[in-house]
Amino acid sequence: MASYSTNEFRGGLKVMLDGDPCAIIENEFVKPGKGQAFNRVKIRNLITGRVIERTFKSGESIEAADVLDTEMQYLYTDGDQWHFMHPETFEQVGADEKAIGDAAKWLKEQDMCTVTLWNNAPISVVPPNHVVLKVTETDPGVRGDTSGGGGKPATLETGAVVRVPLFIDEGDLLKIDTRSGEYVSRAKD
Amino acid sequence: MNDSDASWRPSANIDILRRRAALLTRIREFFAARNVLEVETPSLSRYTVTAPHLESFTALAPIPAGHDNLAAERFLQTSPEYAMKRLLVAGSGDIYQICRAFRAGEAGRLHNPEFTLLEWYRVEMSYRQLMHEVADLVLALLDDRGLDETPEFLSYRNAFVKFTELNPLQASVQELASCGARHGIVTASVVDARDTWLDLLMTHVIEPKLPRDRLVFIYDFPASQAALAELCKDAPQLAARFELYVNGVELANGFQELRDAAQQRRRFEIDQEYRREHDLSEVAVDEQLLAALQYGLPLVSGVALGIDRLVMLAAGKKSIAEVMAFSDERC
Repeated sequence: MASYSTNEFRGGLKVMLDGDPCAIIENEFVKPGKGQAFNRVKIRNLITGRVIERTFKSGESIEAADVLDTEMQYLYTDGDQWHFMHPETFEQVGADEKAIGDAAKWLKEQDMCTVTLWNNAPISVVPPNHVVLKVTETDPGVRGDTSGGGGKPATLETGAVVRVPLFIDEGDLLKIDTRSGEYVSRAKD
Repeated sequence: MNDSDASWRPSANIDILRRRAALLTRIREFFAARNVLEVETPSLSRYTVTAPHLESFTALAPIPAGHDNLAAERFLQTSPEYAMKRLLVAGSGDIYQICRAFRAGEAGRLHNPEFTLLEWYRVEMSYRQLMHEVADLVLALLDDRGLDETPEFLSYRNAFVKFTELNPLQASVQELASCGARHGIVTASVVDARDTWLDLLMTHVIEPKLPRDRLVFIYDFPASQAALAELCKDAPQLAARFELYVNGVELANGFQELRDAAQQRRRFEIDQEYRREHDLSEVAVDEQLLAALQYGLPLVSGVALGIDRLVMLAAGKKSIAEVMAFSDERC
């Protein structure tokens, strides 16, 4: 099994800790006075999402996690699972609610997502940075108002609710930034 | 920085480098006004430190054919301490040096394998007097950071009592470990060394709670962490050693210097034994330093101060890379 020494620690590194795959968030090298050096590390458990802190003596090693980020196409959900397909091998995987997390509210069929696989099972899903979604419900649009000031809530086809400018109508296609959950612009058909 | 296209660029912006140069000028003026002599000692030496938690870089010169009896190996110095002590023995009087020091494997927000030290020695000064001189210099250099002019002096023991409610000189390893656990310290492997637990509590629990509005001196370390300091005359369980913290950052480390050559040799041998037990590289004892100590070192106190950290604090930056022309990732 591959392993990483503390001097290879950096943000994003995927490691095994207490039997779960984890991602290093932050690594601080600490060396007190004349003493032993440590690496003080913040780690996210990729299964539970919990962030924990662990202190390593510098020079210690940790097992690498066999975790793979794969670009996959979102197919559909049956309510329990969200199904993705690899565009070349056509291999399909199902992600449960825990793995899908917040990504669920941005997923539209056929969009490409980053699916993190551990032992070939999805443990997390990141939607595209930008998605185009149709407005299914909002107050009627106010013509001529392009100021963007104030705004109003709009429900999108995936169920997500975002704040949009007053001139937006039901049926409009909107470009949304999934990282911030914010309206970017209107999208053409 | 992951942006490989920009990796030729300095890690510090040029304005910071101007500020750095101005600080160095003021340091030299400070010592000139006090009649402390600037010296330069070698970066490359046949000897290096035995300290178990310092690793030296080795420099190898090419050996000409037929001259394989030449010793080509040199060590890049982890600090100028040994050479400066030999000058003191030779009668230099008060001296200071601003130089590069090299420590393998030390890289992070507050560490770089190659960094700049200010080190100075004051003859006939106690470590307690030297703390006040350190305060004078640092307060003058950080005069625009809004620091209270009165430093806090906190003994190592009182720092522990105040922030961990343990007596660091008496607590058992078990008590130190459960105190660490109470403060959320989880180690990846079992820590059974007393001094390592003391260090963990110092860095994880005490440092973050130290006052930020003034200089904080921690002094009278346990004898087990004496390094090259003399033991306190009236309390041999304590070492005449201090550290300065500014804004929670360890900025300087000073000693009243050990002058007993036999005791110094014993400490080196304890280091060597530790290195053997822990599969660390073997390091020869610096016989030149011991010969100098045997000749006779005057009563002297010395301190090393991290210039990169000082500039970082002066410029209000978060990492030393931001005040170095090129940090390790860029060279």
